[in-house]
Amino acid sequence: MENKEPIIEFQQVDLSFGSTKVLNKIDLALDAGKFYTLLGPSGSGKSTILKLISGQLQADSGEILFEGQRINHLPAEKRRVNTVFQNYALFPNMNVFDNVAFGPKLKGLSKDEVRLKVETMLSLVKLADFSNREINELSGGQQQRVAIARALANDPEVLLLDEPLSALDYKLRKDMQQELRTIQKRLGITFVFVTHDQEEALAMSDWIFVMNDGVIQQNGTPEDIYDEPINHFVADFIGESNIVKGIMKSDYLVHFVGKDFINVDAGMRPEERVEVVIRPEDLDLTTIENGKLVVTIEDQSFRGDFYEITAQDDDGNQWQVQATNSATIGERVGLTFDPEDIHIMRFNESENDFDARLERYEE
Amino acid sequence: MLVNKNKFSFTRLTFYSTYGLWLLLFVIAPLMLLLWQSLVGSDGHLTLQNYQTFFVSGTYLTMAFNSVWYAFIITAVTLLISYPAAYIINSLKYKQFWLLLIILPTWINLLLKTYAFIGILAKTGPINQLAESLGLGTHQLLFSDWSFIIVAAYIEIPFMILPIFNSLTDIDPVLEQASRDLGANRWQTLKNVIWPLSLPGVKSGIQAVFIPSLSLFMVTRLIGGNRVITLGTAIEQHFLVTQNWQFGSTIGVVLIIAMVITMLLTREK
Repeated sequence: MENKEPIIEFQQVDLSFGSTKVLNKIDLALDAGKFYTLLGPSGSGKSTILKLISGQLQADSGEILFEGQRINHLPAEKRRVNTVFQNYALFPNMNVFDNVAFGPKLKGLSKDEVRLKVETMLSLVKLADFSNREINELSGGQQQRVAIARALANDPEVLLLDEPLSALDYKLRKDMQQELRTIQKRLGITFVFVTHDQEEALAMSDWIFVMNDGVIQQNGTPEDIYDEPINHFVADFIGESNIVKGIMKSDYLVHFVGKDFINVDAGMRPEERVEVVIRPEDLDLTTIENGKLVVTIEDQSFRGDFYEITAQDDDGNQWQVQATNSATIGERVGLTFDPEDIHIMRFNESENDFDARLERYEE
Repeated sequence: MLVNKNKFSFTRLTFYSTYGLWLLLFVIAPLMLLLWQSLVGSDGHLTLQNYQTFFVSGTYLTMAFNSVWYAFIITAVTLLISYPAAYIINSLKYKQFWLLLIILPTWINLLLKTYAFIGILAKTGPINQLAESLGLGTHQLLFSDWSFIIVAAYIEIPFMILPIFNSLTDIDPVLEQASRDLGANRWQTLKNVIWPLSLPGVKSGIQAVFIPSLSLFMVTRLIGGNRVITLGTAIEQHFLVTQNWQFGSTIGVVLIIAMVITMLLTREK
């Protein structure tokens, strides 16, 4: 990317509603042309960030920049961003055509230009024949598409999507995820997608910001965030996790569940108390002799492509295992995993320190 | 199941018969009587004489025109004040409280309010006193077209604000945000999104104001000083003064037709 300047930048942005702090010193930088996701539970502040970018809300303090220009107080209609609202917010008094034509008409395009724009956008979202339909004649999925077409018809530099897929059923949601990704790649503009669905975030994004309590907990590629969660919250929120307490004896040696294990993490103080994460899919069932841990099977459910197994070790820790072969409840089995499957999280490590440490110790 | 159904239809029967009887006695019968009266001449025979008089004599046509014209102006003035008022109230934090303040005056007797205005607008009233102290002199405010229109609008404003306010409250605020997001400023949002979506309220407001305004007679008498003579005044005169019930009924029927036309013009699609 030649243009190094971020398209959107937040510097120390604070926002409170009354006595509730919604955003706490948010710093972020978005590059043009990427698919970003703000991921977090409800109330984490992710939609608030979107509203600050679109101009629906004003920050209490801090800077919001668009291509380097401060836009803190620029009214929404003057920003080169558009929003796909959670419940679509289509104008019920207008048909599909007029909804999509709303922005282009305001820009003062000629009748033919408006028509062309609307037709292009409607065919982009595969609703070319729906131009004359009324909004209340459309299904939820179709309304969703109209909302996307309407937002894109304004040629935004950045498209903001506020949990747009949450009202759709599973199958439709999967299709729309694919389609949104395709549209984003095709148009090459920046998408900022807000969701509480970690699977959705992992599937669609170039870059994810994980948020909780008005703070960005971690940001990175989906792989980074999944493989190297920075803290308990991220590990727990993204995917399934087994998290146990441990002690980092020295670099590349961690102690947990009464044993020492070789691992690939380093850079902590000797004997530092840490949390250890092992993903359920990284654990395999084996014989007791071959097992690094010995557990008793407590529960098992069939999930189609794997068995979801819950087991307990002799220290009383619960272990989630995703196994391809089934087990018997009550049976004692061994659990095995590789050194690189062990991920260590320090308590209260900042994202900067975390990144710096990883950089130093990664081969 | 069958028992239930019978019981249900019994309830329905009681309800409909009571309602039907009410409708018959207090709505249909009076209307029929009115129509009948209007078709009876002074000699007691059926005739269209009354209607002929109404439509041929210039006086009544002028009166009819006056009624419609003043009702139109009152409605327009009321709408002009009420829409922004409803819009602002809807954007306030304690909107129900402000709305209550608007509605409160409707609890006061109409005649009392009208008399209050006589006091306010009189030569010795507060408005003239203020004008006097500002060196603007004393003016005749009562018994003019404008005092009539202002007082009538004052009386009608709550009936216009209420339906407009209700339709504005029903509009999802996110639509306003969406409009701004798509590049519309406040004014364009009001014009393209809010106004069209609040039209049902505007229409009911117009109905609620225009129709009663057609037949105002108390305000025309007390504030307009009978300088403004509308059909309402004429009906009152014929029933109470000249005792010509037949002709009073004729004007009544014409007014009802005018009202029906108004309803048809402002009805929901």
